Amino acid sequence: MSDTDAHVTNAYFRETMIAQQPPPATETGAIKWLRENLFPTWLNAIGTVIALYVIYFIISHAAPWFLNGIWNASSLTECREIRNATLGPDASAACFAVISDRWKQLLFGFYPSEAYWRPVVALVILLAGLAPVLFGSIPRRFMAFSLASPFIIFFLLWGGSIWLPIAIAAGFVIGFYVAKALASVNQIVALLGVVIVPILYWFFVMMPLVNMLQGFLPIGIMAIESKQFGGFMLSIVIGVAAIVLSLPLGIMLALGRASDLFIVNKLSVGFIEIIRGVPLIVWLFTASLLLNYFLPPGTNFDLTLRVIIMVTLFSAAYIAEVVRGGLAAVPKGQYEGADSLGLDYWQSMRLIVLPQALKISIPGIVNTFIGLFKDTTLVVFIGLLDPLGLTNSIRASTDWNGIYWELYVFIGLLFFVACYAMGRYSMYLERKLQRENR
Amino acid sequence: MSSMSENPPRNSFHLSQLIYDTRYRSMTIQVVTLGLVCVGIWWLVDNLLANLGELGIEPSFSFLSSRAGYDIGSGFGTALMGYTSASSHLDAAFVGILNTLLVAALGIVLATVIGVIAGVLRLSKNWLISRLMAVYVEAFRNVPLLLWIVLIYAVLSESMPVPRDYRPNADGVANVEMIFGAIAFTTRYVAIPGPVMGAGSGILSIIFVLSIIGAVAYRRYAKKLLFDTGRLLPMVWPAIAIAFVPSILFFFILGRPVSLDYPVIGGFNFSGGIQISNPLVALWLALSLYTGAFITEIVRAGILAVSKGQSEASEALGMRANRTMSLVILPQAMRVIIPPLTSQYLNLTKNSSLAIAVGYADVRATLGGITLNQTGRALECMLLLGLFYLALSLIISFVMNIINNSMKLEER
Repeated sequence: MSDTDAHVTNAYFRETMIAQQPPPATETGAIKWLRENLFPTWLNAIGTVIALYVIYFIISHAAPWFLNGIWNASSLTECREIRNATLGPDASAACFAVISDRWKQLLFGFYPSEAYWRPVVALVILLAGLAPVLFGSIPRRFMAFSLASPFIIFFLLWGGSIWLPIAIAAGFVIGFYVAKALASVNQIVALLGVVIVPILYWFFVMMPLVNMLQGFLPIGIMAIESKQFGGFMLSIVIGVAAIVLSLPLGIMLALGRASDLFIVNKLSVGFIEIIRGVPLIVWLFTASLLLNYFLPPGTNFDLTLRVIIMVTLFSAAYIAEVVRGGLAAVPKGQYEGADSLGLDYWQSMRLIVLPQALKISIPGIVNTFIGLFKDTTLVVFIGLLDPLGLTNSIRASTDWNGIYWELYVFIGLLFFVACYAMGRYSMYLERKLQRENR
Repeated sequence: MSSMSENPPRNSFHLSQLIYDTRYRSMTIQVVTLGLVCVGIWWLVDNLLANLGELGIEPSFSFLSSRAGYDIGSGFGTALMGYTSASSHLDAAFVGILNTLLVAALGIVLATVIGVIAGVLRLSKNWLISRLMAVYVEAFRNVPLLLWIVLIYAVLSESMPVPRDYRPNADGVANVEMIFGAIAFTTRYVAIPGPVMGAGSGILSIIFVLSIIGAVAYRRYAKKLLFDTGRLLPMVWPAIAIAFVPSILFFFILGRPVSLDYPVIGGFNFSGGIQISNPLVALWLALSLYTGAFITEIVRAGILAVSKGQSEASEALGMRANRTMSLVILPQAMRVIIPPLTSQYLNLTKNSSLAIAVGYADVRATLGGITLNQTGRALECMLLLGLFYLALSLIISFVMNIINNSMKLEER
């Protein structure tokens, strides 16, 4: 005991605490971050230097070009004159005047300028209609608006009589009530009724009804033909229509491909592989050159509509493959569990298998949609005026002959924003649907 | 016991069983589907025949053997087929096919190189490099390929110097210098040095092929020895030496049979070397950069898919970092990488039909373009075009499936 006391009084021991020292400079703050992330090894340091040079190279060329941009001019020559007068002939300056001159055309094509408000309102309605579908936090009752929005958008974009979209929508309402009325009688009869009654209505009753209503109560706005559509608006119209239509079709094809029924299976496989084996361009040319051969003599329907149908079929085949992967990834026990509960095929698919399969396939489906939206630029080759088609005519005009960076940067940014947003949304959805323990 | 089998439902077939009895229902569904599809096809074919009858044309492929009568600019396919405007439409189609195959093959090689390098850099611990690669990937994945093609083509054809700018003036100074004295970008083409095969180059190429085979055989032998006896022979350096040393030796022994022919500026144009037309360059670069961005993500995902325990276990066994990579991580990552890589190769091949944007003479431009317009045989041309792309897709999938099977995990 006395020993320990002696120890305490021993001169070797310090009696006061040393004040806390800051960590060495190399182990803290920005320096540590730099050392660990940019210069951990010699090889990495060289890489950092190269990367810095690349960034410097890009910025040193792009920044003056962008910041010196000239927004007010009526032609490329005028742009150059302004540049020479203010910055000197060697300065690099973008001629964004082409965009301030032609942005309406790039966005709307040859849509009548007095009707520009219509696509803008349609876009707002589209976003409002998509919101309840995309985000679960919005009350479900807004879904009714989502269901109505396609008809409102159709009316706004194409114009004409208001009775046409209402009459088309009425077909779906009729189908719904037929199903409700017949469901208690017999399932098969109900199914047949849902398919046949609306089709009969659309083919034989709708047009006389529309004409009658229009004669009785003419309400409508200026009709605009789809060949006047163009620019980014056309890309959105084709893209959104094809996205909305191709998802259900793709899921049906995937179910067909995963099905045990021999003929259904082989038909689905054949359709998917033939569509996927041939480039979209060839399908678009088929739509524009050949489709009339396969329709009753004398029919001639809208090129934009034909393109939407072709793009829909095309991306449906890709979506089918993505969903097939998702279906295969659902454990077999889930299928068996559904069977053992006594669910029939459609119930087990709707309630057990598809929710899981679709969750797995979200990234692939969204990637397909992004690809589809980018592929809408291909319609330029069959004579539709998408943004790239319009750049061709702008670049061929005498005012803007020889301009390219400014136009392509503008269009590229539009597409980038749309596609990047889609990609981000898919990541958000994946996180939201994550049900695993982490 | 007897009550169970007393009344088997025999001879009591009702029509409603076709729908309500699961034994027959699948049959009913299939028959109905087949019937509907047959009716649909019959309707389409009936319309087709009616339309063709009205126009007075009969489907026939005889136009393929008739004289094409149009010129295809000089290029790979034209040179290989010896195509002139007197050749047949079939020859024109083959020129297009060769051009398509050329740009697809070049694109696949470059896209793979870009994608693998960028994919590894994307995983680099270096913050700056991995961000830079992320920017590259996002920029190319979110902007249409067509935009990249026309942009690169516009940059080449609008901002590059014309060939005569490379000509030295009186003082011997040219407006523009060639890159390394060998490569010249111009408004119409890119001139690069081309190989000249002199006497003895045949022997040299045979030796080269043989030494490559030798290198592969050495690797096989070393691997077998390793698996059989556990003795580890050096693999990389001997294989490289076997592959290249004999060829280099014989290159000098035979008196340099292969030499490079540099492009030289004449009056208004370059002569000598190889001139690659700008449409091909633009298409090739855009396809490779675009597909490379997708491959980057595939490579990254593949490497990340190998669980961390694998590399930790391999370190615990005392393997060095490069062996961990080549023996443990890469073989497992390849299994994840190859299937999506296949579909990227297929996409690139199909996207090569965007050649239409820059006027490159691929199969769509010859068979599906000029031939179609000249003969008016839209149906036949599109059918052949579709069949060609379908066959090409099937071949690429087939080859990649073989590679995939050789990589597959052999489970017991």
